[in-house]
Amino acid sequence: MKKLNELMQPIGPAVNAHRRSFLRTVGAAAVTGGLLTACSTADLQVSPDGARAAAPGDVITLPGGDLGILNYAFVLEQIESRFYELVLANPYEKITAMELQLFQDLRNHEVTHRAFYRAALGSAGIPDLTLDFSSINFRQRTDVLEASRMFAELGTAAYNGGGKYLTDPENLAVAGKIVSVEARHVSIIREMEYMNQTAFAGDNIVVDAGLFIKLEPMEVLPKAQKYVREIIDARNLPTNVA
Amino acid sequence: MNLQSIFTELDKVDEAFFDRLEHVSRRGLFSTLTRKTVAVAAPAIMASALTKAYGQSSELPQNVVDVLNFALLLEYLESDFYEFGTNVPGLIPNEFKPAFEYIRRHEELHVKLLKTVLGPKAIAKPPFDYSAKGMFTDTFTNFQTFSAVSQAFEDTGVRAYKGQAPNLMNAKPILETALRIHATEAAHAARIRYMRGQKGWIPLASLSGLPQSVGSMVYMGEDNVVQKGINLANLLSGQVPLEGITEAFDEPLTREQVTTIVKPFLV
Repeated sequence: MKKLNELMQPIGPAVNAHRRSFLRTVGAAAVTGGLLTACSTADLQVSPDGARAAAPGDVITLPGGDLGILNYAFVLEQIESRFYELVLANPYEKITAMELQLFQDLRNHEVTHRAFYRAALGSAGIPDLTLDFSSINFRQRTDVLEASRMFAELGTAAYNGGGKYLTDPENLAVAGKIVSVEARHVSIIREMEYMNQTAFAGDNIVVDAGLFIKLEPMEVLPKAQKYVREIIDARNLPTNVA
Repeated sequence: MNLQSIFTELDKVDEAFFDRLEHVSRRGLFSTLTRKTVAVAAPAIMASALTKAYGQSSELPQNVVDVLNFALLLEYLESDFYEFGTNVPGLIPNEFKPAFEYIRRHEELHVKLLKTVLGPKAIAKPPFDYSAKGMFTDTFTNFQTFSAVSQAFEDTGVRAYKGQAPNLMNAKPILETALRIHATEAAHAARIRYMRGQKGWIPLASLSGLPQSVGSMVYMGEDNVVQKGINLANLLSGQVPLEGITEAFDEPLTREQVTTIVKPFLV
């Protein structure tokens, strides 16, 4: 029953973050992240390799304009792709062949998105982030599915809310190509959790007039920050449509 | 939010609101004033917000009117299809009824939303032929056919909205609304595909269980691997199979391509 109750909740409170309180949230999350790290298993923290690696505690300032929004998406895609790489490296107990295939697919898609942003942004892209998934129990099917669902919902809502800030039609087009795939993920992950019900498009993700939820960058980033050991500074991201 | 103030607000923007509520409860879907009943009224709230941003619908830019009417045609097509299908006794297996009921409701909401935003500029609902000029002889008597047509509609809907998004960039609140409808259609599409034994996403330009005549059009171009000039097949060679690369991006359809797909369903 707990799960059903959770399902009826929105994915999180709408944070109407003032810039200063946002930075405070980020700071607190970074400290919490550090504490969690001290007592977590090493293989759930992923340090990037290569020349463009960032280090824990670094402040990564996202640029403004389209580049800012694309880098914002790149943050989310880095989190998602690493998460699924870890799911496959640490499959939970009694995972079925079908579930393994599902996570393989999700991994393929998110790795592709990450590679796309890395290549498309080039030197304008943020470095590879140091990620920390020690708050997730990879041994538990329910935990892994819940985290998968949370990441997919966050991603879909972020693209839904971020699209309007893009000024180059080509950038909007490519973001549009990705968001529907993220929404497909939400649908299937929820179906895995709650078979043959209405969760795939439930009342907490499809709201109002049949509209999928959307979130602003300032609502998304504090949720994402929990998994990133660098500090994401979003002060330059667009907040008003052109 | 206070329910009474919602209703007062709604009553101002949509006099037919209480009639619609009555209509809904007559259908026996909801016997009391639930959250779901309120959702039926939401198009009026949304439209009110949009008309506040744009003044009267008569001031909507013509390109936006065109896109919204194009979307409305597709939503009419889907909405009537599910309205009919969900009322045919024995057509939909019990385990899939909740899914189709939700999809039916969302498409109905999309129609109402678009009609309200367009106001007098909304096109009238044309008659539809769900046999697609005889291509399907058992759309509403064979669940396999019904769900195949549903999959074709949902995947086409995703690709159609996607193709029109750049045409809404001069109307940002409407662009955002269209993106949110688009994601809902994608959630539907994945569910329908999955219940038909397909992956929730589109591998290559695979027919995905649709007949050649339909699937070849619905999935045309889905095998694209170049995004913003970057060839991802080359970039990810040996890391991600080609199929996975194509699944990671849903491709747009042009208005002409969508019209070709939809045309057989128009009387």
